[in-house]
Amino acid sequence: MNTAMNDSNEVLIDCQSVWKIFGGRAQAAVKAITERGLSKTQVLQDFDCVVGVSDASLQVRRGEIFCIMGLSGSGKSTLIRLLNRLIEPSLGKITVKGKEIARLNATELRDMRARNIGMVFQSVALLPHRTVLENAAFGLEAQGVAKEERHRIARAALEKVGLADWTSRYPRELSGGMQQRVGLARAIAADPEIILMDEPFSALDPLIRRQLQDEFRQLTKSLGKSAVFITHDLEEAIRIGDRIAIMKDGVIVQVGTAEEIVTKPADDYVSDFVAGISRIHLVKAHSVMRPVAEFRNSQPNCDVNALLRASPEADIGELIDLTTQSDRDAVAVVENGTVVGVVTIRGLLRGVAGKPAG
Amino acid sequence: MNPDLVRFSPGAYLAPVVDWLNTNFHPFFDAVTKLIEAVLSAIEATLLYPPPYATIVGAVLLAAFFVSVRVSVVTAIALTFCLLAGFWTASMQTLALVTVAVIISVSIAFPLGILASRYKKFEAGIRPVLDIMQTVPPWVYLIPAVMIFSLGRVPAIIATIVYGIPPMLRLTTLAFNQVPKDLMELGHATGTSPRSILFKIEIPSATPTLLVGLNQCILLSLAMVVLAGLVGAGGLGAEVTRGLTRMEMGLGLRAGLSIVALAIFLDRLSRGALERGRSPAR
Repeated sequence: MNTAMNDSNEVLIDCQSVWKIFGGRAQAAVKAITERGLSKTQVLQDFDCVVGVSDASLQVRRGEIFCIMGLSGSGKSTLIRLLNRLIEPSLGKITVKGKEIARLNATELRDMRARNIGMVFQSVALLPHRTVLENAAFGLEAQGVAKEERHRIARAALEKVGLADWTSRYPRELSGGMQQRVGLARAIAADPEIILMDEPFSALDPLIRRQLQDEFRQLTKSLGKSAVFITHDLEEAIRIGDRIAIMKDGVIVQVGTAEEIVTKPADDYVSDFVAGISRIHLVKAHSVMRPVAEFRNSQPNCDVNALLRASPEADIGELIDLTTQSDRDAVAVVENGTVVGVVTIRGLLRGVAGKPAG
Repeated sequence: MNPDLVRFSPGAYLAPVVDWLNTNFHPFFDAVTKLIEAVLSAIEATLLYPPPYATIVGAVLLAAFFVSVRVSVVTAIALTFCLLAGFWTASMQTLALVTVAVIISVSIAFPLGILASRYKKFEAGIRPVLDIMQTVPPWVYLIPAVMIFSLGRVPAIIATIVYGIPPMLRLTTLAFNQVPKDLMELGHATGTSPRSILFKIEIPSATPTLLVGLNQCILLSLAMVVLAGLVGAGGLGAEVTRGLTRMEMGLGLRAGLSIVALAIFLDRLSRGALERGRSPAR
């Protein structure tokens, strides 16, 4: 845990200008793209090739949950499979833990997948002829861990996801949510540093999904794992992700924290997406506050030091609570003992409406 | 051009090949004959060594223990019928023939079926061969089999194998093509070795369809083994042939019904195993 904290800026996965082109003439298409800079539609017309991922660059740091959000066909599932080389990239460089994965031979690649990169699937992919315990131990089996040892570890992992009583059942006896927990237990039992989550909760009903989202985030953080999480649901990305990448037509449109994406959408596509997202827990005091001097000028008879106080990281929800408790119409933002700004009701309304910094 | 001159006669090309094989590979075919004969005799001897009642009781108990009570009842009825029809020895000979033929068919068809599911070109190449094997009247390949292995049980087995391979091979390919993609992806993503993927993911997922293939292989082999009575393979086929040549209605009917009893027994037995394969043991 400590080392994870210390190296929190260490880049575990580094993708540089990665392309994936599907089709018989992919190599020719790659050449045309690098030499002549063809667009996606041109590639489809000239080479009959589909561009799955186009010039994607991203870094996943240690201990981070990185969400990739996009609608179906946006290339997100292709992108995540490039990270463990289930799909070979057409162009570009992918480095995992400092090793360029395209250069690994079959044995090294298997070893990397078995020890460093876990994966959880939307379809769960449990083996129907094996018990829950044997399924959870499957990853360890690939690592060559002896039976008793791997069952002990798998049992511990199943306990972490709350399935300790179900170890000797078969997958078909479990509900969808429980099956996905087994999938998660299987991934963490192998103790990888990186967990790839391919739309794991998409097929679940909303209540179970929220519950699993929270459990997943808490579990990943407590184990100090890094995760790449694919979803088509921006709310899910915001609940889970430390940073979010938005994909459209194979291109990463924007990468940033939930707050950055909601408050500063890169283009119309992203702003359409974030339009329906509640800002209450996303927008923080520091992005809606006004400078103290400006506040004094507009309301000279209000004493800044008498206002209720909040930290710059307080979200709009907390600020609304504070404002309603107070008899004044503003809250002071305090950092290291000094007042750095003031959030007025107008500022709060701007924040909720998604127009901060006014 | 005179159409009479362009007749296609594959026999003209094949006959020398068979002759050539016969003269140059005789020791090899001889060894094959001896091996198959030895295995057949061993199985036959095992089935015929105990008194028939003991064999029936043993088979019923095994069926009850490993498959189900229903199958054990069918086993009892079918085998008792064979005994009462007066064809116990012939039935056991046929059973031995089918067993050996099926074992060889499966051990050829199973790996080739896997190859066909892995390599689409191989599958495309093998498909017309399978069509020929299945549709050419079985008597036709009895001829070269007899030419090479002479009369007896061995050419019968060879012809039966040729007939039993296609269903097993096709269903093996189907079974492996039907392995869910996500399970294969799981195998790759967990860094499982190709060998472990085969044994821990592919074969277990393919088992129900593989058992259907085995069932088909058994029944078709049985049908063929009967025809093989024509080339002196003995067993129930020989009884049917005798009934036909002597125009003895009663003999032919008894032998025919014994074959039906044996077929039902083998079908229920393999199907019972199939049903157990579908629901994992608790």
